[in-house]
Amino acid sequence: MDPITLSRWQFGLTTVYHFLFVPLTLGMGWFVAYMQTRYYQTKDEAFHKMAKFWGNLFLINFAIGVVTGIVQEFQFGMNWSEYSRYVGDIFGAPLAIEALMAFFLESTFLGIWVFGEGRIPEKVHLASIWLVALGSNLSALWILLANGWMQHPVGYVINTITGRAELVDFFALITNPKGWLFFGHTIASGLATASFLILGVSAYHIIRKNNIDLFKRSFQIAAIVGLVGSLLVVLDGHSQGQYVYQTQPMKMASIEALWNTEQPASFSILTIGDLSGKKEVWSLRLPGVTSFLACNNFNCAVQGVSDIQAQYQQQYGPGDYVPLMVVTYWGFRFMFLIGFLMMFLTIFFLFALRGNIETAQWMKWVPWIIILPYIANMSGWILTEMGRQPWIVQGLLKVQDAVSPNLTTLDLLISLIGFALLYGSLAVADFYLMKKYAIAGPDAAMYESVEVEPALIGAQD
Amino acid sequence: MSYEFLQILWFILIGVLWVGFYFLEGFDFGVGMLLPFLGKKDDERRAIINTIGSVWDGNEVWLLTAGGATFAAFPQWYATMFSGFYLALFLLLVGLIIRGISFEYRSKDPNPKWRNMFDWMIAVGSFLSALLLGTAFANLAKGVPINAKMMYTGNLFTLINPYGLIGGLATVSVFLIHGANFLSLKLEGDMRERARALSKKIWVVAVILDLVLAVATYIFTDVYARLGANPGIVPAAAVITLLLTGLFINRKQEGWAFVMTGLSIVFTQITYFLIMFPRVMISSTNPDWSLTIYNASSSQYTLTVMSIMALIFVPIVLAYQGWTYYMFRKRISAKKETLIY
Repeated sequence: MDPITLSRWQFGLTTVYHFLFVPLTLGMGWFVAYMQTRYYQTKDEAFHKMAKFWGNLFLINFAIGVVTGIVQEFQFGMNWSEYSRYVGDIFGAPLAIEALMAFFLESTFLGIWVFGEGRIPEKVHLASIWLVALGSNLSALWILLANGWMQHPVGYVINTITGRAELVDFFALITNPKGWLFFGHTIASGLATASFLILGVSAYHIIRKNNIDLFKRSFQIAAIVGLVGSLLVVLDGHSQGQYVYQTQPMKMASIEALWNTEQPASFSILTIGDLSGKKEVWSLRLPGVTSFLACNNFNCAVQGVSDIQAQYQQQYGPGDYVPLMVVTYWGFRFMFLIGFLMMFLTIFFLFALRGNIETAQWMKWVPWIIILPYIANMSGWILTEMGRQPWIVQGLLKVQDAVSPNLTTLDLLISLIGFALLYGSLAVADFYLMKKYAIAGPDAAMYESVEVEPALIGAQD
Repeated sequence: MSYEFLQILWFILIGVLWVGFYFLEGFDFGVGMLLPFLGKKDDERRAIINTIGSVWDGNEVWLLTAGGATFAAFPQWYATMFSGFYLALFLLLVGLIIRGISFEYRSKDPNPKWRNMFDWMIAVGSFLSALLLGTAFANLAKGVPINAKMMYTGNLFTLINPYGLIGGLATVSVFLIHGANFLSLKLEGDMRERARALSKKIWVVAVILDLVLAVATYIFTDVYARLGANPGIVPAAAVITLLLTGLFINRKQEGWAFVMTGLSIVFTQITYFLIMFPRVMISSTNPDWSLTIYNASSSQYTLTVMSIMALIFVPIVLAYQGWTYYMFRKRISAKKETLIY
């Protein structure tokens, strides 16, 4: 295993892992803020309990997002030093602003929210949870503008004296449509992720007749937000498709396993490739649908992989410019199908809520839907990042030229295995606590202190 | 604003971020290291954690902002340091992760084994982080092998040298005393007394290590060649404030004792940055290959944009973080009914 491959695996694993926790943080913050606001307005104790209960799950999840986020910021320099040198003039800015504008906000006010109840004015306590939600969503904006720049670099020139890319238009960087499309997609999927968690956990309690009023209200709010969220995800995704078509045609073609340029372009329902993941063996196609995804009509031409490969070789020199198609192709299909499934499920729940859901047989399956947005989020990011390969910055810098040249295979094995073990244990602890708190419900007193004296190792006499 | 002015400004700003981080997270790390030793019962341990519970995460963001600002303002510095100190930073990340997660998870299960495990992870994570940060800064002041292409050519063991270790241990001891002073300021009754007594003991060790560090700095860095024998006011102040800490601990003036350890940390950090300036990564291979604020910085345009951003947001952040400390200024008691879990 060479350092590049190991660095890619490490970055991929730590990033996908980090993003298992982020969407729930993004979405759940708004839910808790809303519930607490309702309590503030109505003094209805049920809303207070709701805010507390969902707030607890929010906190357990938030903690892992925070600690794994530090790794993200360090890794650009640690593993991708040549990338950092080449584009740091541009890419560093949104990262620094993210810390300054968003990390301080969310972490400071989260502390106030957790420790402030009863000690600070109720209004300030309420404001603090809104600021937490705002802070985490703002941080998503800045990191997505940074990522958007990697997909579609704007506002820069190549300085031949310093030998790097330099920022010349900050406004272009922060208005990069790619970043804003990512942002819309991510915020909406965060809402959907939180909604599905609330739907699943609420269903679990409703069928067991625990706190039915509280959980039915939660279920209803989550069904509405879940529908809005998944609808926005789909619409934003469609806009993204068109933008990818314009700016990253290779990603588009590889998502669709489209080998040759077609007009109109068909949509592959099933394509079987060979073992390299880069050659087609057999496919079943829907005519014109890819054209619709790419440019909103059923007739436009969509470039195929072979044609773009030939064009890129002329433009950028010899090399393989085709992403690993088995990943982009299936990543897209998982994301896309689950996105629609989620939308239909929430519509179904909204209809079902007009009747009696407490006794419905299907309710016992609802907790399983929690996993759906997670698969969709993961697939979406993997396809987006893998679809940019071999580029780290589209058209500007290749991954192979971005890695830190001083790292040895041993360095990387130590860190990769270390992160894998550590993250694995964190996942176990997180899953254990999430499940425990979700199942215990809002009435369980979890916080009592315990007499642990004999077991305290190290305490001084 | 001229390019050179901006480069100096950002060197100072990054220095300020590190100094702020050391001052704030310094007592967090100290509190973390002391946790399993000072807390006899679960309630006491919870009380100790609650002294920093509402602020530790915000304090840690100073580190993230320092990292982000280094990336934005001096990408070459960021690239060389982070790739060069690879395994050290990996260990730092492990330390920060196990510590951060433990603050949030330790009370979420009543099992004593669970709580004990996370308490120890807080202590070990805090210790590891403090030791590594101290070692890293000593090495930055001393210089590390860097080639003509700004690439670090050493490995993890290059950083583990006498001066690096002295820097690391001095940092650990000062953070310990800073944490103990903070605890004696924030806790009530018996625990307050115990924290103070502990602070007194650690003070002796911290003073010795600090003096050793001061002497070693003359031997291992180029400070003597560049600045001469007179260290100037800043390093002297670092030692004097640490000495004064002992006086205030004895007089039971916890507030002043805390301020003095804080100042000592601040002056020590400033000293490191003064030794480095205008270099940001000193090359021990060839002085000409050092990274400086001039050859490691971003473009004038980026520095200008970042300056405007900093001008807007730094005051806002300072205002609300300061306000948080004011809000939670009360002492914390280990009585069960008043504890937030």
